[in-house]
Amino acid sequence: MVFFGGAGSAGGWSGGGGGMGGNLRPNSLKRSTDGWDDDELGSVYSHRVVTRMAKMIAPYRFRLFLAVVGVLGFATMTRISVLAVSGLIGAATDGDMDRLNRWGLAYIAMAVLSAAFFFIQMTSTGWIGHRLLLRLRKDMFAHLQKLSLRFYDNNEVGRVMSRITSDVTSLQELMTGGMLTILGDVVGIAISVGVLLYFDVRLTLVTFTVVPVLVVTMAVWQAYSRRAFVRVRQAIAVVNANLQENVSGVRVIQSLSREDENAKRFDNINRQNLNANVNAGLLSAAVTPAVEVIVATATALVVAYGGYRVMNGHLAVEGLVGFALALQMLFDPVRDLVLQYTQLQRAMAGGERVLEVLDTKPEFEDDPNAIDIEDISGRVDFNHVSFNYVDDVQVLADLDLHVEPGETIALVGQTGAGKTTITALISRFYDVTSGSIEVDGIDVRKITHASLAHRMGIVLQEPFLFSGTVYENIRYGRPDATDEEIREAAETVGAHDFISRLEEGYGTYLHERGMNLSVGQRQLISFARAILARPRILILDEATANVDTQTEVVIQRALNTLLAGRTSFVIAHRLSTIRNADRIIVLEHGRIVEQGKHDDLLALGGRYARLYRMTYEQHALSSSANGDGARAGSSGNGHGNGHTPALKPAADPAR
Amino acid sequence: MKGRKLPVTIRLLSYAWNYKGRLALACLALVGLTTFQLVGPQLVSYAIDTGINPHKVDGGFEVDGSTDTLLIAALLIVGAAMARGVFQFLQTYTGEFVAQRVAYDIRNNIYNHLQRLSFAYHDKAQTGQIMQRATQDVEGIRMFMSLGVIRLVYVVVLLIATLTVMVLTSWKLALVTWIFIPPTAAISIVMTTKLRPIWLEVQNLQGRLGVVLQENLSGMRVVKAFGRENEEQAKFDAEAQQLFNYSYRTNRIQATFGPILNGVWAVATVATGWFGAYQILHGHLSVGDLAKFMLYLGMLQMPVRSIGFVTMFWARASTSGQRIYDILDAESAVQEKPGAPDLAHVTGHVQFRDVSFGYDAISPVLRRVDIDAQPGQVIALLGQTGSGKTTVVNLMPRFYDVTGGKITIDGTDIRDVTLASLRRAFGIVQQDVFLFSATIRENIAYGASDATEDDIFEAARLARIHDFIMTLPDGYDTWVGERGITLSGGQKQRISIARTLLLDPKILVFDDSTSSVDTETEYLIQQALAELMKGRTTFVIAQRLRTVKSADQILVLKDGRIVENGRHEELIALDGLYRQIYDLELRDQEEAFERERERLAEVKGEPETAIAGGGD
Repeated sequence: MVFFGGAGSAGGWSGGGGGMGGNLRPNSLKRSTDGWDDDELGSVYSHRVVTRMAKMIAPYRFRLFLAVVGVLGFATMTRISVLAVSGLIGAATDGDMDRLNRWGLAYIAMAVLSAAFFFIQMTSTGWIGHRLLLRLRKDMFAHLQKLSLRFYDNNEVGRVMSRITSDVTSLQELMTGGMLTILGDVVGIAISVGVLLYFDVRLTLVTFTVVPVLVVTMAVWQAYSRRAFVRVRQAIAVVNANLQENVSGVRVIQSLSREDENAKRFDNINRQNLNANVNAGLLSAAVTPAVEVIVATATALVVAYGGYRVMNGHLAVEGLVGFALALQMLFDPVRDLVLQYTQLQRAMAGGERVLEVLDTKPEFEDDPNAIDIEDISGRVDFNHVSFNYVDDVQVLADLDLHVEPGETIALVGQTGAGKTTITALISRFYDVTSGSIEVDGIDVRKITHASLAHRMGIVLQEPFLFSGTVYENIRYGRPDATDEEIREAAETVGAHDFISRLEEGYGTYLHERGMNLSVGQRQLISFARAILARPRILILDEATANVDTQTEVVIQRALNTLLAGRTSFVIAHRLSTIRNADRIIVLEHGRIVEQGKHDDLLALGGRYARLYRMTYEQHALSSSANGDGARAGSSGNGHGNGHTPALKPAADPAR
Repeated sequence: MKGRKLPVTIRLLSYAWNYKGRLALACLALVGLTTFQLVGPQLVSYAIDTGINPHKVDGGFEVDGSTDTLLIAALLIVGAAMARGVFQFLQTYTGEFVAQRVAYDIRNNIYNHLQRLSFAYHDKAQTGQIMQRATQDVEGIRMFMSLGVIRLVYVVVLLIATLTVMVLTSWKLALVTWIFIPPTAAISIVMTTKLRPIWLEVQNLQGRLGVVLQENLSGMRVVKAFGRENEEQAKFDAEAQQLFNYSYRTNRIQATFGPILNGVWAVATVATGWFGAYQILHGHLSVGDLAKFMLYLGMLQMPVRSIGFVTMFWARASTSGQRIYDILDAESAVQEKPGAPDLAHVTGHVQFRDVSFGYDAISPVLRRVDIDAQPGQVIALLGQTGSGKTTVVNLMPRFYDVTGGKITIDGTDIRDVTLASLRRAFGIVQQDVFLFSATIRENIAYGASDATEDDIFEAARLARIHDFIMTLPDGYDTWVGERGITLSGGQKQRISIARTLLLDPKILVFDDSTSSVDTETEYLIQQALAELMKGRTTFVIAQRLRTVKSADQILVLKDGRIVENGRHEELIALDGLYRQIYDLELRDQEEAFERERERLAEVKGEPETAIAGGGD
């Protein structure tokens, strides 16, 4: 099922993995030890889950009442109908036509009532169940929108997905199906027992010796089958992950001629899945016959002992028949209750996981007195800003930076110097740890998120598009933009040409987030998207890093138009982009170590100059070494190595 | 690919036919199961009528049986249940086994077929759709096998057998009971027919909701950057509401038909009981017989009510099967000639002779291209996006087949040799490196599974990635890809270079654009590439001046034609398209390079040649 597909399960047990943090980080969801959330069982009763759900279900209390009435009525009617059968037979053997007809009418009444109650039960539980599911999903999604990026930094998408899909579903099933089924089962058993006792107390006691056997059998079976079904799910997840990888990597596979080897491996994985399934099938196939033999034993007891009692005059024939029929109805709910036990455990665990998300406090929300900013000039001030993602690792340290409206700022520094953090703080993706950031003199914490976002334009290294048309994607930041404006924006960034060449132009649907486009093309669209939103402050975070040379040329040409009159923050590896900035900020370990214009900084002969030199030095050297290698064939090796020592000292600081 | 004309369900059943022994066993077990199922109520009836023997005497009923008979009946009941259990187990297990085997076979077929379909197929196919077929549709067929086919046989056998026994006992009562069975089955079929399209829609909507959710979560940075939370919420709510509407509709259908089905069945039971009681009263029927009828009726309820589902599995199987055969029947555009020999002892002489290519008939991508790449030469391909550079390199390993002309390697037409041997001659380093979820070791040895540890280490050393790998806690056994460590673009690229080195190909293809990497990494990649190019015919999709300048041939492509061909100096002198590209894109690099060279020469006082090397 597509919906549950990406839910963090594929390939999950393949171990390995340095990339995963434990549960230590703040804002991070708990992780079960084996990574298979879905199979974790909780306790049968979680007070927290039940009370919270009770609150959620409260608005539907009338429907709930109806549902309970339906369940009780249906359970009762089906079970007391054996009285009618017994009554009919009794009347027939006694030759009492009137009584026979009365029982017949009563029987019909029971049948009609039973159908009516069933209808009430079905409609009410269905309504509550689906409503609750809708409500839970909406609530969770709304809550997820409020959580800051810190939450998303710490939790993989798949894990969050599975909470809003499978966990929510299992919780809902518990609230409606589960609880009411249990109620129906319990009431059903009680009534069945009552009917049996009504017919014959002794016979009831004798046949009940079978019940413990049934319960134990089911419980043992369930313990085994649970493990078997977990294995089935893991096996199929591995099969699917392998298949998916095979499809995505088919070009590599063919170019490396790996088909035969892969076929062997897949067959192996596929066979493990087959075996897991056949094993589970074995268990399923075994349980029904076992239960039936137990039920048959009970029937045999009724026949032998009950028949004996009939002959001794303790029981009428019709009583015996009624008893036998009522007994048939006893075992189903008993069986079902045993199965519900695990369902309850699973649902409670799912409920805990749902609540864990719902109870994750948003790091920050709009201040109640926050204001909307309309037209701003684009002045940005960092006043002694410090920031850390994790408690003890400082990313920005007492950073003071004042940017005039319209200024283009280039941020330079090694990975981890804090460049991206600076841009993320302006957009208030995170809150500063100390100090403040002001836009046009207003603290960003006093500005509504929506109005701040509308003044900003951001282009990230990895262009992220949504499934939808090109129009919809460019319009993303300004939903009221006209088609004409969209085309203009696309023309400004040089995206119009390739978009017009697409099959349906701007109406082309981008599948799987635009995976049918090249990275460069996707980046051009995200440029158009940013520009259409008419930002006053523009952030380009390695925006051209992944695009091909041609696209980069296109973007470079557009860049002048884009930056003109806007406050801009540019992070780039290519120095040509940086050279034209009004001011270059050189960062090291979260501090500004140098700032100024390109030529001034070069003249300064400090870190920037060294960084700049390194880039070109390396270029010159590798270029010549490469030239050697290519031309001189094998002898180039010695030559190339000869250059390495000269390079090392220069390159080392780059790390 | 025989039998393509046959109906899909027949073709699917032929998969099951491979296990006809097991199928026969399942059917036999089924007959046994039905027999002993019928015996149960019969024994109850026997116990009542013979064991207890209630009979009419003047003014009422009397019982006059024997406890011995009762005891025998009771034992027989348990015995029959055991026999029934054995058959039921055999039937369920064998049926499930066959269904699982069929799913296994189909999955294997899909997998193998997919990895042999040429690029042309994969260009058009969407991963999501293929996955849906390989998972949901295969599952649909498995359910069809176990619940559709075997279950259907069971229901039919059971119905016929019960009908026979009932008619033999009392044809009048049988008539009263059986009047209700066809309508029940019909209602059940109507219900599932109504439900099926809605279920499909629910499934579809679940998928859409999943996409909205997934995109929202993975694109959270963009959502927040544009302040679109409210619109996203509206989008999600609308989809969720739609899903609710449809799911609730399925519930309403079930809530309507369920009680109707229940009601009809209840009426059947009442009618049987009431009329049976009359028959007893008039002495036409025994108490045991009525009990037997009631028990049979209980036995029939589930099978009859599930007839609708059985028909649904058939309907589902035909659509699922159709989708699966869409994949299995797709023929690869690239076919190996029967009995083709291996391509052996390649020196690396590649020739394009009058080659044309188009993905479709209307728009040719390459037009009459001629290339002559001598062994060991470096060929740089240059041109705008869409000019055909990538196509040139994709045609050589036959990822696509030429539509006109031919390509030869050492004089042999590449269509005359086996695909595996042809592709083994090539080493391809793609721009977008794809690593598999496996250890680094396995990824490096991906194309050469028999490589020794020393080979792998050596390749990694040459690719300048060995030292990095050794710094990882698990070294070569470090898991990469999903759920493993995340490698940077530069690291991935070097692993892919190591992978290619290990293959020791005669002909090399790569794209020399390096994605965002720091200075040292870029240097390492360049070194690794230089290592790779030694002694091999190399085709480069060139992005960098350095590569272009050192190439033996520069091919400038425009609209699928080679418009210029020569060395750097020659083409500069020509003052054509190359010159334009050079001025526009490459010169920046050159100027910076020159400036730095001068400065370096100045600072370090080294002779110019030492830095420029043999470059120009």
